[in-house]
Amino acid sequence: MTVTGSDPWAVLRAATRARVALGRAGDGLPTARELEFRLAHAVARDAVHTPLDPAVVRAGLDGVPVLEVRSAAADRAEYLQRPDLGRRLAPGCTLPRDGADVAVVLADGLSPRAVHEHGAALARALLERLDGWSVGPVVIATQARVALGDEIGAQLGARVVLVLIGERPGLSSADSLGVYLTWDPRPGRADSERNCVSNVRPPHGLGYAEAADVVVRLLASARELGASGVALKDEGPALPPA
Amino acid sequence: MTVRSTTLGGHTYEFASLADLLAKATPARSGDVLAGCAAGSAAQRVAAQVVLADLPLATFLEEQVVGYDEDDVTRLILDTHDPVAFAPVAGLTVGEFRDELLTWAAEGDETAISSLARGLTPEMVAATSKLMRNADLVAVGRRARVVTGLRSTLGLPGRLASRLQPNHPTDDPLGVTASIVDGLLQGSGDAVIGINPATDSPARTVALLELVDAVIRRYEIPTQSCVLAHVTTTLRALEQRAPVDLVFQSVAGTQAANRGFGVTLDLLAEARAGALELGRGTVGRNVTYFETGQGSALSADAHRGIDGVPVDQQTLECRAYAVARHFEPLLVNTVVGFIGPEYLYDGKQVVRAGLEDHFCGKLLGLPMGVDVCYTNHAEVDADDTDTLTLLLGAAGCSFVIAVPGSDDVMLHYQSLSFSDVLTTRRVLGLRPAPEFEAWLTRMDLLDADGRVRTLAADAPAARALLAAARP
Repeated sequence: MTVTGSDPWAVLRAATRARVALGRAGDGLPTARELEFRLAHAVARDAVHTPLDPAVVRAGLDGVPVLEVRSAAADRAEYLQRPDLGRRLAPGCTLPRDGADVAVVLADGLSPRAVHEHGAALARALLERLDGWSVGPVVIATQARVALGDEIGAQLGARVVLVLIGERPGLSSADSLGVYLTWDPRPGRADSERNCVSNVRPPHGLGYAEAADVVVRLLASARELGASGVALKDEGPALPPA
Repeated sequence: MTVRSTTLGGHTYEFASLADLLAKATPARSGDVLAGCAAGSAAQRVAAQVVLADLPLATFLEEQVVGYDEDDVTRLILDTHDPVAFAPVAGLTVGEFRDELLTWAAEGDETAISSLARGLTPEMVAATSKLMRNADLVAVGRRARVVTGLRSTLGLPGRLASRLQPNHPTDDPLGVTASIVDGLLQGSGDAVIGINPATDSPARTVALLELVDAVIRRYEIPTQSCVLAHVTTTLRALEQRAPVDLVFQSVAGTQAANRGFGVTLDLLAEARAGALELGRGTVGRNVTYFETGQGSALSADAHRGIDGVPVDQQTLECRAYAVARHFEPLLVNTVVGFIGPEYLYDGKQVVRAGLEDHFCGKLLGLPMGVDVCYTNHAEVDADDTDTLTLLLGAAGCSFVIAVPGSDDVMLHYQSLSFSDVLTTRRVLGLRPAPEFEAWLTRMDLLDADGRVRTLAADAPAARALLAAARP
């Protein structure tokens, strides 16, 4: 099926990003449409299952000091089935208390690919903007959920933790990074005590500078308020489930 | 609490409570592991099933998994139990009940099975399902007849309806309309044209209700619309006399989980009364629509029963059906693969759960449909959803959900496509709801064999419907 100015089906395609007017082969999808769908799913699956390579992130950080930790989830299958384990550090995994204001965590989450593609660049954009804050080493965390940042931030003695984490891949966006800000991080913080900047994935989603500017504004408000979460509601978008 | 035990192969297995017994007897799934109530070994699971098989059905009227005094779902279940409907099976154990159901199914005795509904409790039905294999769930499910109606009739033998789900990330009217047209041209939408709104704003909800109502009136389509906003938002729309066909709400199996959804039984009753008052039905008066899904109580940390013992997610799912049936719904569906791999990990678990939910819902008297779906972080793909959909078609499922090209661009998950519905109908000889089928005929969308045509864009039906999606 070709899309031309006179193609009546183009009316539907122009109106929505949904997969309309695909045509049919019998009752099924034509081969080309079937393979397009299959590719989108495959890309999303690969984004979930390709492990985070800390060396890729380190290389992009241009010598910024880095620490590496992992959660209590032993592998990807356990990570996906036991979100509780992804929120705790692995037994024996400890971090030195350095007392810096801000802890920055790069976490694989559900899309290590997002961290490979955008993690280092977004972290650098943030670090450049943190005048007036002391910042410790960047922590790379694997098999990590958002709440793992609470334990990391608490061990480092940070006033606030920023978790840059790969978001659940959709069919059209497998490389989206989210930033979660939690003031006074400690285990047991509720999701309602965080703020989120979502969909960082230039050029299709938010750019690095744009996202970092929003985060820095949130940081300033959180410091003023001594809290994050619903109290900062007007400053950021609604929080998706962690 | 009654401790129950059995000795198998020289090993004694003990189950500390009814909730523990039900949980250990449940076929494996990740959500029960996460809740800490799953069987610790394959043999322990079968031992629990052995004990469960000998348990009198009537036990569930005397012993609870979630306490009567602290939970209004339990009170609803027990206070509305119908002993007359229960009488034919009142003397049976769970295992004997399974055998009886299979016998009635083989004999094609739909009346014997369907007339039990108000005499059965969710826990009885959940327990029975745990002793059944997938084929048992199909064989009995297809003989549990539940027929409902508003402007189309659903649940008749030999029919498979579909919800047309034209979601759009910004609720753009043209975008929504394009997906509606795409679905109608492929024979979907006889269960409902149902939109998940991108935001829960009352103004947006009213605008979407008016949009779908206009399409339905313009083309005189015998179906109903629904905007799946929170019930409190729908109440606001009702106050404004918006064209509300169906009151929608997600419900769960404990009072605490429903509180998490911001819903009470009183709120649901009030909204249903409001929709009934509008009198928008032509063939029936069922004006509610509920969605459920295994794991919803656990995800709200509201899955514990008596003495804080976790209740397995499938038993809790059945308890949600007791909430739904109290409001005489037109439609109920489980959203079986939506909630994620921490509740249903892979294709095997999703297929099993979909068949359980359909069977249990039908046995309890619900017009049960299934959103056959998955997310990208679950071990599930389109082969698995094909398998489940064909099995559900064989099981007499009332309806499934379909979106353009399987890709919901608002909720970011994969459901069925319109062509999946056509394939299932074709393979199993199933037809759309009768009123909708007559409409498809009037629109010249069916060929001589009653199959949905592949249309050229200049066909009259295509031209007529495409006009709705023009800016």
